[in-house]
Amino acid sequence: MPKIGQQTWLFPSEPRIEQVATVAGKLEGEGPLGACFDVRKTDDWCGADTWEHAEQGLFREVVQVLFQKAGVRAQDVDLCFGADLNAQVTSFHFGTREFDIPKIGLYSACASSTAAVALAAASVEGGFAQRVLAGTSSHTSTAERQFRFPTEYGAQKPPTAQRTVTGAGAALIGKRGRVAVTSATIGRIVDYGVTNAWEYGAAMAPAAASTILSHLRDTGRKVYDFDAIATGDLGRVGHAILRDLLAQRGVEPGDRLLDCGMLIYAPDQPEVFAGGSGAACSSLVMFGHFIKKLESGEWNRILVAATGALLSMVSSQQQDTIPAVSHAVVLERKDG
Amino acid sequence: MAVQSKGRHVSYQQIVERHTPPRPIVRNTIRAFVVGGGVCVLGQAVQTLFVRFAGFSPQEASNPTVAVMILLSVIATAFGVYDKFAQWAGAGSAVPVTGFANTMASAAIEHRSEGWVPGVGGNMFKLAGPVIVYGVVAAFFVSLVRYAVMHL
Repeated sequence: MPKIGQQTWLFPSEPRIEQVATVAGKLEGEGPLGACFDVRKTDDWCGADTWEHAEQGLFREVVQVLFQKAGVRAQDVDLCFGADLNAQVTSFHFGTREFDIPKIGLYSACASSTAAVALAAASVEGGFAQRVLAGTSSHTSTAERQFRFPTEYGAQKPPTAQRTVTGAGAALIGKRGRVAVTSATIGRIVDYGVTNAWEYGAAMAPAAASTILSHLRDTGRKVYDFDAIATGDLGRVGHAILRDLLAQRGVEPGDRLLDCGMLIYAPDQPEVFAGGSGAACSSLVMFGHFIKKLESGEWNRILVAATGALLSMVSSQQQDTIPAVSHAVVLERKDG
Repeated sequence: MAVQSKGRHVSYQQIVERHTPPRPIVRNTIRAFVVGGGVCVLGQAVQTLFVRFAGFSPQEASNPTVAVMILLSVIATAFGVYDKFAQWAGAGSAVPVTGFANTMASAAIEHRSEGWVPGVGGNMFKLAGPVIVYGVVAAFFVSLVRYAVMHL
């Protein structure tokens, strides 16, 4: 049965991550994981005339690097799932328009990276594609415009704020490789009534808890069956809240519980506040850092639960509460 | 959608509050006082220079003084310094003239990519607009009261 429990998909044919590529912005390249990324930008304009064009360029570049590393061309790829945070998913659609591949743009905010991996693995599992590209991008300055204020506007951000990651990450999912996508848990929308758009961590932590607990329930696994359980971008505040929510349900993940938003920046980097966020936060850390740990054999099985706050500028100004979603995928090292 | 009941809200709010670092109110207040005061002292110094060396009367000097403060704020915004200064200074950076100039300059820079008319023209007052709207509305009612008191 490909579906078990209420919301978990199994992939018995074990679709593999054939190749990964990452392009990191300046601050991300200077951060603790800087050495993991394929390309490190020295400036967030990336040679473009607008921030939007810069982000589209990041997406284009990550696909180019991915194809180069994998030794494939666009016609070797059957399908593409991509996402970013801009309205109408323009970074993905515009940035990859030169690659003649069937494409579907997704939006689950910052949970899009794992949504794309889950759909890519399902497509390979179902035989609808041999090789699928899954990727996301985000840019701190396009997100500022989309969700907050002009970049040069002088407004003080509170300590719960998070910095949107600049970068793009992508993977090719197909039949060969050492790391397999073995299952996915599709999240439900969870809303605990947080309205403050500076508190994404608090808005998203219940969604992460819901998806992680659902995965454990559906599969019958325990936290110690994983070498790591990583959330996408809860930041330091959301991470602490998630620990409490899991503990209330008797789940104690200990130091297995990681957060990509806390890993990507050092706390003393300028204006990172509670940590990183954005659609590229989880894709950079998952494809740049986690895959290496799995390939080297340091880890054997991990759960990545990226989280997305599903607000818009309009919903926020209309004082709506912030619904959140988290999609999870299981990545496993395979020797065969 | 799993919207939680009221009782659950309260307990979740408690968890959130336990893990939310408080805003450093004392530090913010001190910085706002010092920086806001500092900006005003700078403005006063500029005005004094206009009076002392350019032959303006104190009343005439206020217009060129405001212009200089706006210019400084816009230059700092254009060089990408004002937002960093504001993160440090907090409310101190919102002192009317410089803060107002920053809202207009930052919106103009941000929307330059959409062209001069729909971009810069249409968005320049995006953040500053409410100040003007409610400033005019407030002025109308204050002058209405003043008129009533003086003439009735």
